[in-house]
Amino acid sequence: MPIAKSLSNTVRSALVAAGLGAATATMLAAVVLPGWAQNAPQPAAGAISIDNFTFTPQSLTVKAGTTVTWTNRDDIPHGIASDNNAFAKSKALDTDDSYSFTFTKPGTYKYFCYVHPHMTGTIVVEPNG
Amino acid sequence: MSETDRDDGPSRRKVLECMTWVGTGVLWTVSGGVPHSLGIMGEAAAAEAKGLTFLQISDSHVGFDKPANPNALGTLEEAIAKVNAQPQKPAFMIHTGDISHLSLESQFDDADRIISQARLDVHYVPGEHDFLDADRKLYLQRYGRGTKGAGWYSFDANGVHFVGLVNVFDLKGGGMGDLGAEQLEWLEDDLKGRSASTPIVLFAHIPLWTIYPQWGWGTDDSAQALSYLKRFGSVTVLNGHIHQVMQKVEGNVTFHTARSTAFPQPAPGQGPSPGPMKVPDDQLRKMLGIANVTFKQNEQRLAIIDSPLKS
Repeated sequence: MPIAKSLSNTVRSALVAAGLGAATATMLAAVVLPGWAQNAPQPAAGAISIDNFTFTPQSLTVKAGTTVTWTNRDDIPHGIASDNNAFAKSKALDTDDSYSFTFTKPGTYKYFCYVHPHMTGTIVVEPNG
Repeated sequence: MSETDRDDGPSRRKVLECMTWVGTGVLWTVSGGVPHSLGIMGEAAAAEAKGLTFLQISDSHVGFDKPANPNALGTLEEAIAKVNAQPQKPAFMIHTGDISHLSLESQFDDADRIISQARLDVHYVPGEHDFLDADRKLYLQRYGRGTKGAGWYSFDANGVHFVGLVNVFDLKGGGMGDLGAEQLEWLEDDLKGRSASTPIVLFAHIPLWTIYPQWGWGTDDSAQALSYLKRFGSVTVLNGHIHQVMQKVEGNVTFHTARSTAFPQPAPGQGPSPGPMKVPDDQLRKMLGIANVTFKQNEQRLAIIDSPLKS
């Protein structure tokens, strides 16, 4: 889960910054995380990483209202475009650049990289509730 | 390849030889209609080409600064120095795209500043990295004067007909390079009425033959384009995009890809992705290069010499 991953990363880096060892940090994170996850407001977010000319995960299912963020981890720019212009196209994403779009309507959204169109992915947006 | 490589069909060994090169550029010779890759630039120049000699550079990626080559502008400069060091001045140069890395004005400026030091006419076609700004404005304003559509055009030199094609715009999800119906129609019309003995050189960024579809190394509608060329005795297709030398001869058509001046990419399927390949520093310049092409009267095939920045 992207949310859990990003929270645990935050906890871990905070602890590491405080001078604790990585192993301890991981253990603490495992203990601390459930409490955090319950208390934290749950912003609807989904993350897609672009690595080695591949969207990961290639198919992402989210609830309506979720903001999906693509982040380019390659040394080469990529760009996000919907197959049928169902959502706005990104600017070219250089290394470590991100693009976010909030999906409000349920449906299946196919997209591709407009720089390297053999790269494809899907967002499935489910109704809320 | 050496000057002895001028028979009408390439042996398997020669093709493999071509495929193992990694370097600076390609020297092309058009003789009697068919371009030959002469091999390394120095040898090509020594071959005393009569007819037409031009150069190909490709994939400069000006602005690229990642580990695979932190100074892509510097290696472009080295490539142009190599162009200037040629004993025989070529008629002109073609650039098969990805001039810039991110289509920034400053990157095109830097590229122009270096490439103009060759003091040659340069005929460009865009790569996908040159079309990253909205409306593809920066490339077309700079290089697109007098061209059609997204930047395609043709011209003649020494009896050879050159066609610059654009296969990096309006790409479709799941597809590869694409020429599109409008450009195909224009191409058919452009070739109509030309004598079948006219040597034809087609150049475009993405290969016009399918090298490795898993990485998008091909053009979806290239077969349609090539069908217009069947009646011509000598057809040479020059591409970039894959940052390595590859050659194939099919009937009357010689396909050739040139090295990048910026960074190497892996052989098809030989890496996790088609992205920049980091090689040991002392290997990099062996994998970047330019190409020299020579056309000779009464010879069917153009001679192409690929030469690395350093051998």
